[in-house]
Amino acid sequence: MQIKILGSGCANCVNLEKNTRTALATLGREAEFIKVTDFAEIASYGIMRTPGLVVDEEVVLSGRVAKPAEIADLLDKR
Amino acid sequence: MSVIQQRSIRPAIRLWAALAAAAVAWTALYLVNQPFWDWLVGGVIRLDLTTRLGSGVHFFFYDTVKIALLLAGIIFLVTVGRSYMSVERTRALLGGRREGVGNVLAAGLGVVTPFCSCSAVPAFIGFVASGVPLGVTMSFLIASPLVNEVAIALLLGLFGPGPTALYIGSGLVIATIAGLVIGRLKLERWVEPFVFETRLRGQVVDSTIGLSFADRVRMGVEEVGSILKKIWPYLLVGIGLGAVIHGWAPENFFAQYAGADNPFGVLIAVVVGVPLYSNAAGILPLVDALHSKGLPMGTLLAFMQATVALSLPEMILLRRVLKPKLIATFVAITSIGIIAVGYLFNAVLPS
Repeated sequence: MQIKILGSGCANCVNLEKNTRTALATLGREAEFIKVTDFAEIASYGIMRTPGLVVDEEVVLSGRVAKPAEIADLLDKR
Repeated sequence: MSVIQQRSIRPAIRLWAALAAAAVAWTALYLVNQPFWDWLVGGVIRLDLTTRLGSGVHFFFYDTVKIALLLAGIIFLVTVGRSYMSVERTRALLGGRREGVGNVLAAGLGVVTPFCSCSAVPAFIGFVASGVPLGVTMSFLIASPLVNEVAIALLLGLFGPGPTALYIGSGLVIATIAGLVIGRLKLERWVEPFVFETRLRGQVVDSTIGLSFADRVRMGVEEVGSILKKIWPYLLVGIGLGAVIHGWAPENFFAQYAGADNPFGVLIAVVVGVPLYSNAAGILPLVDALHSKGLPMGTLLAFMQATVALSLPEMILLRRVLKPKLIATFVAITSIGIIAVGYLFNAVLPS
């Protein structure tokens, strides 16, 4: 699984990454993390509110920092 | 009624009961705030409330509690209300709109759409790349910080509904007109070319779909916490300075230098306000104290709007998508709007 965190580097993106790592840990899964800070690339995913969470090239979350449990739910389906 | 139905109803009742209890507690605290500090500062500590020290101390504690309550209440309501609105829906509403109607709508949506300055650039690209005209996009981007929910909460508490309505109305007018002018000037050549070349791919995820009412309430509570955590130092410094001005600055001290009859008052307020990067939380307690010392409302509104709407960090962010000439034009047009509205208010409301 490949996970991309989209955002310019503000507190929200940091928290989203932290929560995603927690979610992965509770699921006992591993993933490759990529941080995307380039605005053109962020926008090309159709995201207009950062932070964004992209799993295997699919946008699953944008505009808010979800709790680890919710992210675990999202990842578990994949 | 089945067991499953009962289970889904009980948390809903508990949620509404909690909301009702919170509303009652909020109202009670708001009502006892002044009598409590009158009693504690005047009766127990025995400071004379008519002296500088007494009124300054009273002002500091009373205002801190009042402002914290107002912020918590209004940020909560605004967050829950706004959770039904999203940038995605806003873009869909603006797509294909003509200029004019589009600018008015964009300014209004800029106020109600949940949005923070770190999303200004992706939102700009998203709007322009999907065909929303540049001027309409700018109306949205100008209105969003200019009409700010923290400022609305504070204005409502410190000055009442009249000045609050003036603040919202003037912000909408400034954003609409500034966007219209930028649209008419045909400044697309001053947008970084990559914005127009960006191709949107994939399915856009609307972050607000599938949220339950309980989720929205939780988001409201979290937002109150995160905003208060972020702004409390500004708030305390602002109220502290306000208390000093309140207690020590002589009446009409400021009015003498920047009052309604000083033709440069508004201009000076904007020039001082732009580089003074702060947020409404720090500025408004100060504005309140300055108002009580005779500064006119128009000058103070201009000062506040310049401080929150034309901040350097936002300009630096926007530099990624706009060429310096367009940023300069945007700052100039918005400043002219703020100054014009300031003079207008001073003419209509001299004190």
